[in-house]
Amino acid sequence: MILRRAALLPGFAVLALCAGTVLVLLMTADGSDGLSRADWATLRFTIWQAILSALFSGIVGVTFARALYRTAFPGRGFLITVLGAPFLLPAIVAVLGLLAIWGRGGVVSAGLAPFGYGPIDIYGAHGVIVAHVFFNAPLVARLVLQGWARIPGEQFRLADHLGLTGWYRFRHLEWPMLRTVLPGALLIVFLLCITTFAIALTLGGGPRATTLEVAIYQAIRLEFDLGRAGFLAAIQTGLCLVIAVAVLGLAAPSDTMRGIALRPTSTIRAKGAARFDKGLIALLTLFLASPLVAVLIRGIGGLAELPAGLWETSVRSIILALSSAILVSLLAVPIAWGLAGLRRFAAVAEGAMMVTLAISPFVLAAGLFLMIRDHVSPFAVALPMVVLVNALAALPFALRALVSAFVNAERVEGRLAQSLGLRGWGLWRIVFWPHVRPALGLSAGLAAAVSMGDLGVIALFGSTATQTLPFAMLSLMGAYQMEAAAGVALLLVSLSFALFALFDRWGRA
Amino acid sequence: MIAFNSAKLANGGFTLNADLSVLGGTCTAVIGASGAGKSTLLMALAGFVPVARGSIHVAEKRIDDLPPADRPVSILFQDHNLFGHLTVRDNVALGLRPNLSLSTKDRERVDEALAQVDLHDLADRRPAALSGGQQQRVALARTLLRDRPVLLLDEPFAALGPGLRLEMLALVARLTEERALTTLMVTHNPEDAARICPQAIVVTNGHAVPPQPTQTLLADPPEDLARYLGRTTPQ
Repeated sequence: MILRRAALLPGFAVLALCAGTVLVLLMTADGSDGLSRADWATLRFTIWQAILSALFSGIVGVTFARALYRTAFPGRGFLITVLGAPFLLPAIVAVLGLLAIWGRGGVVSAGLAPFGYGPIDIYGAHGVIVAHVFFNAPLVARLVLQGWARIPGEQFRLADHLGLTGWYRFRHLEWPMLRTVLPGALLIVFLLCITTFAIALTLGGGPRATTLEVAIYQAIRLEFDLGRAGFLAAIQTGLCLVIAVAVLGLAAPSDTMRGIALRPTSTIRAKGAARFDKGLIALLTLFLASPLVAVLIRGIGGLAELPAGLWETSVRSIILALSSAILVSLLAVPIAWGLAGLRRFAAVAEGAMMVTLAISPFVLAAGLFLMIRDHVSPFAVALPMVVLVNALAALPFALRALVSAFVNAERVEGRLAQSLGLRGWGLWRIVFWPHVRPALGLSAGLAAAVSMGDLGVIALFGSTATQTLPFAMLSLMGAYQMEAAAGVALLLVSLSFALFALFDRWGRA
Repeated sequence: MIAFNSAKLANGGFTLNADLSVLGGTCTAVIGASGAGKSTLLMALAGFVPVARGSIHVAEKRIDDLPPADRPVSILFQDHNLFGHLTVRDNVALGLRPNLSLSTKDRERVDEALAQVDLHDLADRRPAALSGGQQQRVALARTLLRDRPVLLLDEPFAALGPGLRLEMLALVARLTEERALTTLMVTHNPEDAARICPQAIVVTNGHAVPPQPTQTLLADPPEDLARYLGRTTPQ
């Protein structure tokens, strides 16, 4: 029991680190000038782009999920599984893909040119929103699909039986589900859109499309105005804290990341409606897949133009990813075991860990930057920072998966284990491990993929001496070497997905 | 009244053959082991399992090509018969008007149906505030309003305690008689079958055997039914 309580110590360390970071931010913060006009514009843009992004992601996600739920076609299960992929996709890779489709020199502009239209431009506020919808509509679709899957099959039959069609079917079957699932899902998207850095940095910019995180980055790296950086970071944290508490209050739906077993209802459907759904699915799949296909095609060509020294960069990125995976495992397993053993305070403790969501990885990195800058050169610790921050970013997710694994193990086999007198190592090996391993594989894979694609921490701390693959991409894109950037993107995305798949496989073996 | 004419019912990979007819105006039990296909028989009647070959007739009219809502049947599932976000009254009213726009006369009929199952004082509650037995009674009230000649019961009382189950059986028997319904009831419990169903269909080995008198069936069961009932004599 004492050991189990002691297992929570890393959790306290994490909370202390987060609290310390916030404290440093507040102490550094210099709000004496108040918010300038530009700051107000930044704050306004941060919030309204997130609102619009959440709204559009909701519309696209629900439409997609509804069509997917109602339609049977080959490859349906695969498509639903792949909807989880944007979670692992490095933001910078997605940006490159979106540019290849929607950019000035992209496919759509080229297609419009013969008709005298275009070229269209993706840079600016609308570009940020399109990228956010690209990332988050699949998330909404998955969450909503899980809601649909939870509607008992009898209810669909009942609706058929009673002759509920069209609007009445929606009102009695689907709307009650959406009403419970959608607010939480949209709030999560809102939070994610407030805290994206890479997309706003690459597609936004300028006085009219700068988010708080980009402004913090500029204050630290370009203006060296640490007081202002601290002030902005404090505002950002306050904003996120409010949303995170709201998410907790709504009992946000959780995405299991696993495939969702779904069968379409047995309803005999009108041919026209089914065709409409199939068209919709094709269209949305095209929207989501075309940027990735573009990266793939350009990337294959770009592999020949990979800059020298990329080998070393790749190894560095892989080591970063593996280190993050190990660190999150070392933190999450004991904390989750300790949390699962708390009876009365479990919810409170888990809530506290979830609140760390409110401190975005970028703000955490900014705080750490301010914290250590008097003692060591931030550039010297760039790589450990990437590992630490991304491991901490993956921690809430890992805890969610692992705590429920421990709780499950004890609920299912706990009494049997007690009656057999299983203890210590035997208890771990026979009761816990089979439940914990899949959750651990998933969490470690996630941490690996996320740190592999990290651009926030490395942008703050990085230098050419500590180049990672995303950083190399950013430099190449800045120099308009798009082919080479696509080559790096292909390498990066292959490595991230491979690492994730490796860990996940190991977990499920 | 109900006739399966050399019907082959295809439920996913599972098929059930049925060539039988059921007497109208009375209650017939459907018994057999778990997974034998008892529910498949009912689902085919209600329109949720397709008929691959043969046909189904109710009152001399072919029904297997009709959409579920147009068939002359009402069905009660074991669970989830009510919409959780609607009140008891609205759940019942769905049987009358899917759009829930009720005239004064409709409202009276809804209240009347609720009175028939002794639930008129719970009309404004939501299903979550009701016991399992009360929920099934609400669903029964809805079938009364739908006023279809065939009533299908897919083990709707399996989760209820013994006393409540007997009450519900009595209610079903009463409604069947008063309204001259043709009731098919899937059950695991031979006593339930014997209590209110003069005849019983045994479902076994991919076949639905034509109805036989329940008493004789239970007194001298064929081999697999005997095994299912736990009445095999050790050799």
